[in-house]
Amino acid sequence: MVSEYDLTIHEAHDLLKKRELSSLELTKAVLERIHQVENRVRSFVTVTEDIALAQARQADVNIKAGKLSPLTGVPALIKDVMCTRGVKTTCSSKMLSNFIPPYDATVVERLKAAGMVMVGKGNMDEFAMGSSTENSAFFTTHNPWDLERVPGGSSGGSAASVAAGEAVYALGSDTGGSIRQPAGFCSVVGLKPTYGRVSRYGLVAFASSLDQIGPLTRDVTDCALVMNVIAGHDACDSTSVDRPVPDYTKSLVPDLKGVRIGIPKEYFVKGMESGVEQAIRQAIARLKELGAEVDWEVSLPHTRYALACYYIIAPSEAMANLARYDGVKYGFSAKEAENMWDAMEKTRQYGFGPEVKRRIMLGTYALSAGYYEAYYLKAQKVRTLISREFAEAFTKYDALVTPTSPTVPFRIGERADAPLQMYLSDVCTLPVNIAGIPGISVPAGFVDGLPVGVQIMGRPFSEETLLRVAYAYEQATGWQKRRPKL
Amino acid sequence: MKLSREEVKHIALLARLGLTEADVEKLREQLSNILENFEILKQVDTSGVPPTSHPVALKNVLRDDEVRPSFSPKEILANAPQEEDGCFRVRAVLE
Repeated sequence: MVSEYDLTIHEAHDLLKKRELSSLELTKAVLERIHQVENRVRSFVTVTEDIALAQARQADVNIKAGKLSPLTGVPALIKDVMCTRGVKTTCSSKMLSNFIPPYDATVVERLKAAGMVMVGKGNMDEFAMGSSTENSAFFTTHNPWDLERVPGGSSGGSAASVAAGEAVYALGSDTGGSIRQPAGFCSVVGLKPTYGRVSRYGLVAFASSLDQIGPLTRDVTDCALVMNVIAGHDACDSTSVDRPVPDYTKSLVPDLKGVRIGIPKEYFVKGMESGVEQAIRQAIARLKELGAEVDWEVSLPHTRYALACYYIIAPSEAMANLARYDGVKYGFSAKEAENMWDAMEKTRQYGFGPEVKRRIMLGTYALSAGYYEAYYLKAQKVRTLISREFAEAFTKYDALVTPTSPTVPFRIGERADAPLQMYLSDVCTLPVNIAGIPGISVPAGFVDGLPVGVQIMGRPFSEETLLRVAYAYEQATGWQKRRPKL
Repeated sequence: MKLSREEVKHIALLARLGLTEADVEKLREQLSNILENFEILKQVDTSGVPPTSHPVALKNVLRDDEVRPSFSPKEILANAPQEEDGCFRVRAVLE
């Protein structure tokens, strides 16, 4: 039998239901695991041991009273970009290192109502800007499969904790790949839902037209279970879409008969590692064996403009969102200053790290007089073309399949001072955010012991199709059962 | 697209972002390099293409103006760097 901390949500649920395991036992096993490995993995900004133990005791009371939902009593980590009432929410930034929100994000509120045991808050790239977790102002998270390598980012703490047995599942946020890329790097399942499917209320804003919250889990069934709780309309987020939420577990069937899958050739980019390409080709062959109709000749020619389009739109929105950090209402505030403007400039100089500054500068430039049309407006028009191209493809295909990232996890420090090279690790994931469509990354094997993820994209609100393809593939391969040796 | 040091300083002023001289030089190089790569967008024919500001076509979302519970001043001020008499304390705007 696997250790308790390595159980999936549905496995833990079965044991809790049969009373073969209590939530307190499970939670203590996970906390013990955190104590064992956290000094090497460093997934957590904050471990909330007392809260976890109290929530576990409450869950056990509820279970005894027959009140048991699929997530009841199961330990989770929340990325430190989502507000948690009374618990520090830092965005891994010096700017918010002491910020204690007076409210819960809607997703946190929903998970609490569903019986979550929160073990802590996850490390990330500062303000979710980055692809390696090296931009955390506090420390770098390490990949549980190879501690010398990055776990991906920005939800690196979320992905690493789930892979390492430090949490059974986690929430992440994804603006350009920040759930899927670390999921791929850590061999876990990560879903970025359709824009508007999950409420962003209480998610500290990075780029408001691109941000979306989603689950990181050990298998596809768990992903569906978490989606069942977090998806749905929220009056507090005017961009959340009022549309019924299906039972996502119903789409978990192990065959793909009649599913039309397209392979866009532009995603097999220059600079892609041959081991990754091979793994993805094998994954696609497997989908065909499972009954899918596969077309290898799909072309999405505007894909090559997605990176530039994204890195104009996202920083432009970020510079506006981050204007709120002025040292007055909350967060870091520079004390030594001559006057109001000086205080504001120093607060932002000392409170933000290098990547955040770079993006604020980039966004400010793209929106400034004389450049707005050439950069921001141009990028918004290219966004339209990229979205149209996807919509056109989805008239012929139910899903598009690509690598999640062109490489396996890279070494810590390797790309730290090369922003453009770092941006390239999101080249396969960010078109999904530009178009607002859903995308999932599923474990697709290993190259020399390092994880590879396969990405499945679909039309808006087709999470059920993505889960079906992901589930059939997972059941046929069993990659989800591997755990790193720590 | 090569940025000058003056342009970098001007953008920093617009963003109210304090920078050291070393930051200015580093950002000048990095931003120039990034913007140069973005020139690729000029190749795309976007004539007659409307801009997308948002992936979901939403009109104004309205609700009834009803009184609902809100945060107390105490909760909101709990994170204030400086407060006084139930208000955020700020530096003098006019000196």
